[in-house]
Amino acid sequence: MLKLQDVHSFYGNIEALKGINLEINEGEIISLIGANGAGKSTTLMSISNIVSPRQGSVIYQGEIINTKPPEDIVKMGLCQVPEGRHIFPHLTVRENLDMGAFLRDDKDGIRKDLDYVYSLFPILKERSGQSGGTLSGGEQQMLAISRALMSRPKLLLLDEPSMGLAPIIIAQIFDIIKQINEEQNTTIFLVEQNANQALQIADRAYVIENGKITMSDNADALMSNPDVQKAYLGI
Amino acid sequence: MEYFIELFFSGLTRGSIYALIALGYTMVYGIIGLINFAHGEIYMIGAFTAYVIATVLGIYGFPVLAIIVLAGLAAAIWSSAYGYTIEKVAYKPIRHAPRLSPLISAIGMSIFLQNYVLLAQTSDFLAFPELIPDFEFMEPIAHIVGTTDMVIIVSTIVIMLLLTLFIKKSRTGKAMRATAQDRTMAKLIGINVDQVISVTFIIGSALAALGGLLIASHIGQINFYIGFIAGIKAFTAAVLGGIGSIPGAVLGGFILGLTESFATGYVSSDYEDVFAFSLLVLILIFKPSGLLGKAEVQKV
Repeated sequence: MLKLQDVHSFYGNIEALKGINLEINEGEIISLIGANGAGKSTTLMSISNIVSPRQGSVIYQGEIINTKPPEDIVKMGLCQVPEGRHIFPHLTVRENLDMGAFLRDDKDGIRKDLDYVYSLFPILKERSGQSGGTLSGGEQQMLAISRALMSRPKLLLLDEPSMGLAPIIIAQIFDIIKQINEEQNTTIFLVEQNANQALQIADRAYVIENGKITMSDNADALMSNPDVQKAYLGI
Repeated sequence: MEYFIELFFSGLTRGSIYALIALGYTMVYGIIGLINFAHGEIYMIGAFTAYVIATVLGIYGFPVLAIIVLAGLAAAIWSSAYGYTIEKVAYKPIRHAPRLSPLISAIGMSIFLQNYVLLAQTSDFLAFPELIPDFEFMEPIAHIVGTTDMVIIVSTIVIMLLLTLFIKKSRTGKAMRATAQDRTMAKLIGINVDQVISVTFIIGSALAALGGLLIASHIGQINFYIGFIAGIKAFTAAVLGGIGSIPGAVLGGFILGLTESFATGYVSSDYEDVFAFSLLVLILIFKPSGLLGKAEVQKV
């Protein structure tokens, strides 16, 4: 479904991605784990073409997308929940959700998806009139995921959904990610520092270090890999 | 008392024009965080365009209403074209540069446009035709508030209401608000940010052009330099009301206009700027984000 071939991305003169290769198949949950600054977020930004790769290609459903503007990529069903959630602080929860459906005009479908995200996160319905900036971190993460779902993505990119959240909320959010994958058949690409949680729900995973993929395997295999355990699982 | 009311309305008229220009400043600042110093020149170009069209149509004996509408339309479209082009030429290529660069670019644009009009037109004041006729029903209060004043005040209020509605309800308006609050996220949900920025410049320029037409027919003369003074005042109004806030720009415009008008009427016209800027300083001391400005929310 999505394929990165030898992707090199830069911030100014700093090469953040030094030739990333990875592949995601339809229906999978794929995780990308790595330390701070390894290039996880840059990988996602390169897929969404917010950071344009200088070399290599991003292929989505057989089409090269790294030459397309970000809005066209969203239109193709590839949506990202960025790190730090990026809620529109002065829009209400409901308006934030509506913005997620910005490119759609099927009113009935939007209505249905709104009901669906409210069923996933009932708290958002309670808070629908409140401005996004006043929500707690966990609620903001729920809103960010829901807003992305409102675009009805085929492939959902999640950047550190666990960041700064209490363990109980993290568990709840990961359960729902799994549920979205199963119920909506949404393919999920999950970037995490919290390797433990990520590997538990992922089918396969990649490990990124200094802008390069250094390992890739089934999630279970990685979890029992001594190197991964030592470096990322704290065992 | 009558003198007071007279000053009040003259202040509102002045304030309306400041408000119309301030809206452009505040919208552009809200979206890309840039003080567009060339905005005053857009207003001046609007006034010149209206002058040319109104004079030509006047020669051919068009009815007054048609002249107003056509001159207004032409000024709005022509100024919008300038605003759009300025953004593409002077700001877009350096959008990711440090904030000082686009600011300098804006000042350069402002000086360039002034001199361009100076060379292309004239350095003299041009007499602007009085477009708006005296309405009969205004007769009883004509000694307090003139018809032109009334038209200016009412049209400013109507424009502000329409603009607020547009930004709250329309799809483009929502995209503008989202872009203003978080540009990266706006891109990630599929908003074409470049387009939103262009639309912002176009709307702001059209409003400034209307301001140019209205004030020119009120004062009765224009020259290449009117944009500079009006631009500084409108910028002050935008800051006073809270830059980035649309109702703030209008409120700021009215407050500034009223302050100047009362200062002129009760003290001396020499002191109008002293009062206006003292008020700005006072408000910024007690509320740095301006009257209706939102304090920066930064949450990680």
